[in-house]
Amino acid sequence: MNREEIIKQENKVYSRPRLLDDNYMHYCPGCSHGVVHKLVAEVIDELGLEDKAIGIAPVGCAVFAYNYIDVDWIEAAHGRAPALATAASRLNPDKVVFTYQGDGDLAAIGSAETIHSCCRGENIVIILINNGIYGMTGGQMSPCTILGAKTATSPYGRRADLNGFPLHVADVVASLEGTCYVTRQSVHTVAAVRKAKNALKKAFRNALDKKGTSFVEFVSTCSSGWKMSPEKSNKWMEENMFANYPMGDIKDTTANESKS
Amino acid sequence: MKDNVKLMKGNEAIAHAAIRYGCDGYFGYPITPQSEVLETLEALMPWETTGMTVLQAESELASINMVYGGAATGKAVMTSSSSPGVSLMQEGISYMAASELPALIVNVMRGGPGLGTIHPSQSDYFQATKGGGHGDYHLIVLAPSTVQEMADFVGLGFDLAFKYRTPAMILADGVVGQMMEKVVLPEQRPRRTNEEIRRQCPWAANGKQGRGKRNIVTSLELDSAVMEKNNERFQRTYREIEANEVRYEELYTEDADYLIVAFGSIARICAKAIEDARAEGIKVGLIRPITLWPFPYAAIEKAAKHVKGILCVEINAGQMIEDVRLAVHDSVPVRHYGRMGGIVPNPTEILDALRREIIEPSAK
Repeated sequence: MNREEIIKQENKVYSRPRLLDDNYMHYCPGCSHGVVHKLVAEVIDELGLEDKAIGIAPVGCAVFAYNYIDVDWIEAAHGRAPALATAASRLNPDKVVFTYQGDGDLAAIGSAETIHSCCRGENIVIILINNGIYGMTGGQMSPCTILGAKTATSPYGRRADLNGFPLHVADVVASLEGTCYVTRQSVHTVAAVRKAKNALKKAFRNALDKKGTSFVEFVSTCSSGWKMSPEKSNKWMEENMFANYPMGDIKDTTANESKS
Repeated sequence: MKDNVKLMKGNEAIAHAAIRYGCDGYFGYPITPQSEVLETLEALMPWETTGMTVLQAESELASINMVYGGAATGKAVMTSSSSPGVSLMQEGISYMAASELPALIVNVMRGGPGLGTIHPSQSDYFQATKGGGHGDYHLIVLAPSTVQEMADFVGLGFDLAFKYRTPAMILADGVVGQMMEKVVLPEQRPRRTNEEIRRQCPWAANGKQGRGKRNIVTSLELDSAVMEKNNERFQRTYREIEANEVRYEELYTEDADYLIVAFGSIARICAKAIEDARAEGIKVGLIRPITLWPFPYAAIEKAAKHVKGILCVEINAGQMIEDVRLAVHDSVPVRHYGRMGGIVPNPTEILDALRREIIEPSAK
């Protein structure tokens, strides 16, 4: 039996999303980026936004997002993605603009751009991959690193007296009037992936319907940065990250509308 | 035509000219002495007429990155600021130069360094003409000396930026930004349609629609061999701009024994000093570079062949003088005269400096 005989259309239960192309991903094994990329590609395709979507890539591990998801992309300077998205969206109101950023990019160097874009209620989707570490530069402490976590720049564990407290950026933007939907998700189990996809879909629909800023945080793993196996990373995330960054919707001003 | 003749500040002229050019978006942050650009645009509400977007950003860093995001979608976008704000913008300008994006940046210079003063200066010449941000790049730099040129250079700046796919800068100073003069504004042009933008900017990341293939606007390239090729392409563009786009104005250079080189508002004060000198029988000529990059090296070299000395008059400590020296290869003495800290020299001071530095240097 050859491969073609096994992979028959009637046997097929799953395939790579149409908009996720076959470039080799540079992400480490166990990293959440791959799964979230898949969800972004699926959601854009399922909402029929292939020709309308403009992605803004960050500086960080997802800098090459434009190599994997087959829509138009602009590569931002570190932290500036929401500023680019603001203009791209306002100047092209018939398009759907989203940013894809890590916690170092979004919550540290880009904190001003994040807050003010959310405050203005730009009709964009902001996707945050929060793994509490700078992955690309080799595992340094980020604003979202939880207390006690060991990183290259907090080698004995993050201490509040030395390094300050973790920034719960989703809670911050949820307090701003411009955001319509703020949610915290993860992709470490099949159930979580399904929930996360629904959340992401809602965010893109909100942008399409000009409801304001949607902010989707994915609490994520960084096996290389955390120096743990993928399996142990998931466990550590559940036990430690989730206590700091609880799952679920933080704000949804569209909830009542969708029920009616 | 009559409706187009107005009396206004240089900063206001920038705003009116932007709307009339068919500019798609302006993103800016208040800073003296150029806040009238944003104020005028907000008062004129062009989103109601041409559909132009105007947005007050949270910082100059955000403004320039909004310009970057808008330019990447093929739109004609601009920002304006003054010296400290333009320093903040250098990151975004470097990214746009590297991503080969057209955009217009206006710097109405004030005295520095640091927070400096709110008064006029030309001390950002180095920053504007030698790169400013990181990496090997140039901006097309236009130096207006009148309110009319403030208006005219908006259209010229955008046209050149789109022609060569590189950011252009209007390097004005607080004098020309704040002074009121008669100006003939350009006729209103419509903004380009999305279809026209798709034709003019096939590289733009404005949705795959009708293209089938994705566009990626990026300055990142990890393969050094490819990055070198990219740089070679940028440099070819710069050589082409140098060959085609040098602009300058000459006054009394044919019979001049002495030459003044000055740009922007101070060039007009120099013109008055030259009239005074000629009334005394001293034959002085003026070259006013209009493009500071590309710089009119050849014109200055030619004019220098029959003069005894050159005075560079700048509202700074002497920056353009380096390019003038390069132009004349030390064939004649080249001296600097300028004031700093926001002080603008008057014609008498300039004529005194010409006598002291160039005509009778031995008497010093």
